[in-house]
Amino acid sequence: MSSGQYVIEMNQISKFFPGIIANDKVDLKVKKGEIHALLGENGAGKSTLMSILFGMYQPEEGEILINGKKVNITNPNVANDLGIGMVHQHFKLVHNFTVLQNIILGAEDSKFGVLDMSKARKKVADLVAHYKLNIDLDEKIENITVGMQQRVEILKMLYRDNDILIFDEPTAVLTVQEIGELMKIMKALIAEGKSIVFITHKLNEIKEVADRCTILRKGKFIDCVDVKVTSTQELSRLMVGRDVKFEVDKEIAQPKEVALQLKNVSVLKAGHKNVVNEVSFDVKKGEIVCLAGIDGNGQTELIYAISGLVPSKGEILINGQDVSKLSVRKRNELGLAHIPEDRHKHGLVLEYSLEYNTVLKDYYRSQYQSNGFLKFDEIRKNSDKLIEKFDIRSGQGSPTISRSMSGGNQQKVILAREISSNPEVLLAVQPTRGLDVGAIEYVHKQIIEQRDKGCAVLVVSLELDEVMNLSDRILVIYEGEIVADLDPKQTTREELGIYMTGAKRGVGYEK
Amino acid sequence: MKNKITQLFKNVAPSLMSIGLGLLFGVVIIVVSGMFNERQTYEDIWYGLNSLVLGMLNDGLPSLGTGLFRATPIILTGVSVAFAFRTGLFNIGASGQFTVGGFAAIFVAIKGPFPGIGNWILAVISAMLAGALWAAVVGLLKAYRNVNEVISSIMMNYIGMYLVQYAVINTVFDYVKNQTVPVPIVSTTPTLGLTSIFPNSSVDIGFFIAVIAAIIIHILLNKTTFGFELKACGFNQHASKYAGINSKRNIVISMMIAGALAGLSGALVYLSASGNHIEIVDVLATEGFTGISVALLALSNPLGVIFSGLFIVHLQLGGFYMQAQKFAPQVVEIILSAIIYFSAFIVFFKEFINKKKGGKK
Repeated sequence: MSSGQYVIEMNQISKFFPGIIANDKVDLKVKKGEIHALLGENGAGKSTLMSILFGMYQPEEGEILINGKKVNITNPNVANDLGIGMVHQHFKLVHNFTVLQNIILGAEDSKFGVLDMSKARKKVADLVAHYKLNIDLDEKIENITVGMQQRVEILKMLYRDNDILIFDEPTAVLTVQEIGELMKIMKALIAEGKSIVFITHKLNEIKEVADRCTILRKGKFIDCVDVKVTSTQELSRLMVGRDVKFEVDKEIAQPKEVALQLKNVSVLKAGHKNVVNEVSFDVKKGEIVCLAGIDGNGQTELIYAISGLVPSKGEILINGQDVSKLSVRKRNELGLAHIPEDRHKHGLVLEYSLEYNTVLKDYYRSQYQSNGFLKFDEIRKNSDKLIEKFDIRSGQGSPTISRSMSGGNQQKVILAREISSNPEVLLAVQPTRGLDVGAIEYVHKQIIEQRDKGCAVLVVSLELDEVMNLSDRILVIYEGEIVADLDPKQTTREELGIYMTGAKRGVGYEK
Repeated sequence: MKNKITQLFKNVAPSLMSIGLGLLFGVVIIVVSGMFNERQTYEDIWYGLNSLVLGMLNDGLPSLGTGLFRATPIILTGVSVAFAFRTGLFNIGASGQFTVGGFAAIFVAIKGPFPGIGNWILAVISAMLAGALWAAVVGLLKAYRNVNEVISSIMMNYIGMYLVQYAVINTVFDYVKNQTVPVPIVSTTPTLGLTSIFPNSSVDIGFFIAVIAAIIIHILLNKTTFGFELKACGFNQHASKYAGINSKRNIVISMMIAGALAGLSGALVYLSASGNHIEIVDVLATEGFTGISVALLALSNPLGVIFSGLFIVHLQLGGFYMQAQKFAPQVVEIILSAIIYFSAFIVFFKEFINKKKGGKK
């Protein structure tokens, strides 16, 4: 019996998609004034459940109670009337509108058909002051940071007097500082009596702000626990279904000859100084080198230069051969593999099927074509093999359109493609971004396996944990220059931070 | 097997639904216009409707032959537009490529060095090359200077039209009739006895060339590595570049193939034994724009284009025969345009069907 203590009660919710049971009799009960975390692996059904609550999908079974009253949420407007607001993972903002315009969009006041902003401006300004959101209402969205854009989304909900706020993986796009700010805002919101559903797969964030946590696994309800008395280890076990190691298990590296060598590599950007400036380093076979740095210090451009996506000055050698003037394909053929930073932009053709994406780089090889005609059987065989080996989950297997897959499984497709090419040099840019702990563990294991097979691995990561755990050697990049070459065993995170902010330069890298 | 049938239904249903809606709208116009036309009897209206539905079957084999002949150019421009669409390009310049190709064909057929059929073959090849070159300009600008292909190909339409006028006046001009001089009968498209099957029509092997071209493009897009590359570039240029595909080169080649198809369309129109001529008038060739409707109606499927092209000609001929029932040509035009206009609803119906399917499961 609901005693009215729950603002949201979702009972026995089921939702089916072709080939997939997204939610299988899931329960979610959120108390008033709490931060309720919704935890689960990629594709566990968290987003589907929230889309149902927000009226974007209709459940096949189950009932929803809001403030103890049974409701039928047929579309997002109904959800809004019930006081439910959502910050989507990908913001829904009009880029050339101002902050204020975006907030009132869809809920404008007007006088005789003429837009009246003054009332709205006052209300929004009050909200900004009240929650100390610190935002300029007249700045255009395209000119503000991602963290600020998120605040606009939060303000949109507050402006509509929503009491139930859904945050869909809000920290995935934020920097460490911004995450801290967001946590403060969330706490301030519940202090005002709002209730928050917080979707995430980052356990430390749950420990920090959440009161209770509902865990989903493969579409099923697993448990609802009190966060204070549950350890991170326990949470991850509930989420993944087995014990997860947070430390990366690996043997001591056995570096052999140099596989990737950079000599005075620079990348120019029109109207800017060199975004990558005279960078020289090498990566040996059998070692993992992490390129650590704060986002925007030239990592992206450096990787583009190595993979051939942008032109560069200086020499780039793979196994002693200068590839700096060669095409992307030639470099790939010499043994370069690249797990790109942006999987939707570079990694996949989303409209293509899973199987087509597994041969995106190899479709022209004699294994997959004869006389210019694709061998569909071979392509299918290859992708079936990779699906099995890398445990890629999708609705219809090989013919599944990539766009319909979850982010983690999309990343697995890329990983499978790149690793199965048996590369000599592997570039992995933020290979675990947006993945849950189980998948992160898996990706790390695969990367280490490549190292042990004698591949030279260059990892770019913004996560210090990943850098410290995975690397055999750390290169720190700051404003397009390498400023230190460190041994992870003799370096602390704090020290690394000092190098990353440019406050100090390592031995041999002095100005 | 069952899967294949449902898939086929899913592919074809939106086209049929938009056609149905268009026809329904056409009927409304026919009835309304008939009510305001005092000279028309109810019988006229009824027979008018009949004529519209019968289309290219109104007059038996002769009108069927005419239908096949008239469908040839718009199938080819339709395939041209559809192919470009599938590779991520909007070829609104089929009109210019058609005209340039048509001129090249006429010029070579008249001035060519070979006797007999040799000139015809050379004329067809020249037309395709001319169309391809005309489209290559657009492709090069897009690939290397990031100029939107819609703008540049619209401009190339006008440049093509006026340049061809200029070239015609200075080379193969008939001053009396203000058009190109006739192509010698030996250099016209062979009929291979088709005219005895379809008497009193202009049908020739052009229709089969168009069908073969559509099939070749279908195979190219769906079965070959080249098609794999072209589609990848069309969907996501960044990912293609990352995968080592030369996307700039592919944009140019895509445009050139599209241009060659439109050029071929021009050749088959002007090399027909029925005697089509390029007239010196400031009007863009309509075949290029009809090709856009044809491609849309077929959801950019090259094989579907064969049927949508035939369908539009079916309507056009139906409209032609309606005039015998005292329908004003303008009303006929309105009806045809309305039906083609409704073909734009195809995307709407497609989503509608997908939603229905998704919701039920």
